[in-house]
Amino acid sequence: MLVGILAIQGDYEAHGRVLEKLGAKVRFVRTPEQLDEVDALIIPGGESTTFLNFLVEHGFLEKLRAFVRAKPTFGTCAGAILLAKDVENPPQESLGAIDLAVRRNAYGRQNESFIIDVESKFGPLELVFIRAPKITRVGAGVEVLATEKDDPVLVRQGKVMAATFHPELSSSARVHEEFLKMARNGTK
Amino acid sequence: MSEKNGNTGLRLKTGLAEMLKGGVIMDVTDARQAEIAQKSGASAVMALERVPAQIRAEGGVARMASPKKIREIMETVSIPVMAKCRIGHFAEAQILQELGVDYIDESEVLTPADEAHHVDKHGFKTPFVCGARNLGEALRRIAEGAAMIRTKGEAGTGDVVHAVKHLREITGQMKGLTVLSEQELYAAAKELQAPYELVKMVAKEGKLPVPNFSAGGIATPADAALVRQLGAEAVFVGSGIFMKDSTNFCDPAEAERRARAIVRACTHFDDPKVLLEVSNDLAGAMKGLAVAAIAEGDLLQKRGW
Repeated sequence: MLVGILAIQGDYEAHGRVLEKLGAKVRFVRTPEQLDEVDALIIPGGESTTFLNFLVEHGFLEKLRAFVRAKPTFGTCAGAILLAKDVENPPQESLGAIDLAVRRNAYGRQNESFIIDVESKFGPLELVFIRAPKITRVGAGVEVLATEKDDPVLVRQGKVMAATFHPELSSSARVHEEFLKMARNGTK
Repeated sequence: MSEKNGNTGLRLKTGLAEMLKGGVIMDVTDARQAEIAQKSGASAVMALERVPAQIRAEGGVARMASPKKIREIMETVSIPVMAKCRIGHFAEAQILQELGVDYIDESEVLTPADEAHHVDKHGFKTPFVCGARNLGEALRRIAEGAAMIRTKGEAGTGDVVHAVKHLREITGQMKGLTVLSEQELYAAAKELQAPYELVKMVAKEGKLPVPNFSAGGIATPADAALVRQLGAEAVFVGSGIFMKDSTNFCDPAEAERRARAIVRACTHFDDPKVLLEVSNDLAGAMKGLAVAAIAEGDLLQKRGW
């Protein structure tokens, strides 16, 4: 199994480090053609407007839309924004792969970034929030795996998982382990 | 601040730098330019009163940009906004933190406020980026709390030669450390004028403990690809996007074309096919100023201690 990481911009290397530590084979994806070579995909943190801008060119967005419907995909922070059905602050195009509404930069700016420990469906997790978005609506078919206060922060629907925080910057690889399990099963 | 909090702080600061990797941070002087930068795929903008080429041409004392102007830019774009303070000017840094910018650049482009000390950056919640010409300078800035290092290059020239020089210097010195014995590292630390613990860390990992970006004279997609291939994890582009020459802005449509081309070149830095394609569409770059023709005393990169 080959796990792709969308490497337009952002913390794709941080995801790569965690996956390789877990023994996964990793490929950075920078062109639509490279999507054909991978079995699962991570959309990393970074700037969602930068991602979108890049994807709109050369039919990348349509190809990615088809990929996330068919294969296991995990989006963190900007990746979660891209995977959501609806985006606010400001509204922008997205892949609509998971039935969520997401509000960008919902906690504020960098000075409001924080790290917190919570209990989750996967056990204790350390959550790293950087200029993070908030999930403001969760669709009926979406399973909430972790919350921070009352906000869902880790969710899953079918083959798609999304986190508003950065498990790739956490001291534990727990969330990536779960994604690799999902990816190996091909379905949830 | 407890040790855990200190560590948490640094992780959040370098964390935002991780998000900027592979991207382009663009200098902008107003909300309209910030909008063009965001639309073209910038991963962040640097809010300035004047771009380095203008500062160089006009002279005078260059200070922190007016908070009103920075705020206007912060309200216009959704991507991170950085701003510069003068070297050692911790009061300007306090103002920028209070304003809520996402990163502070303690920059040699502005006129230094202290001839011996840099800002003690540990005391700030807002992360700092600092320029460096060599490994010793980079490690001194990291010891003071910088969460990101960029090469200094020679800002405002459109001449990439010193960005390359500083990047090669830093990576070469890091490589050199990896083959030294533990004993030899003490002497290396003395020579680099850097803390031993940081020197030891670099010797072990072969890289800086914080992200390493490039700045100073990057003006074309090929320049961006060059510094990325030499190991820079992202690039800052200053005067190269919005300037026609040292004093005049170029046409906004031309600026947008340049910005888009440099963004694509930064992602596909190792794919000459894409680099050709994006270079093809450009009418030209800023006129520029050869670094070799600048008098030694006028070099901005010499500022910083």
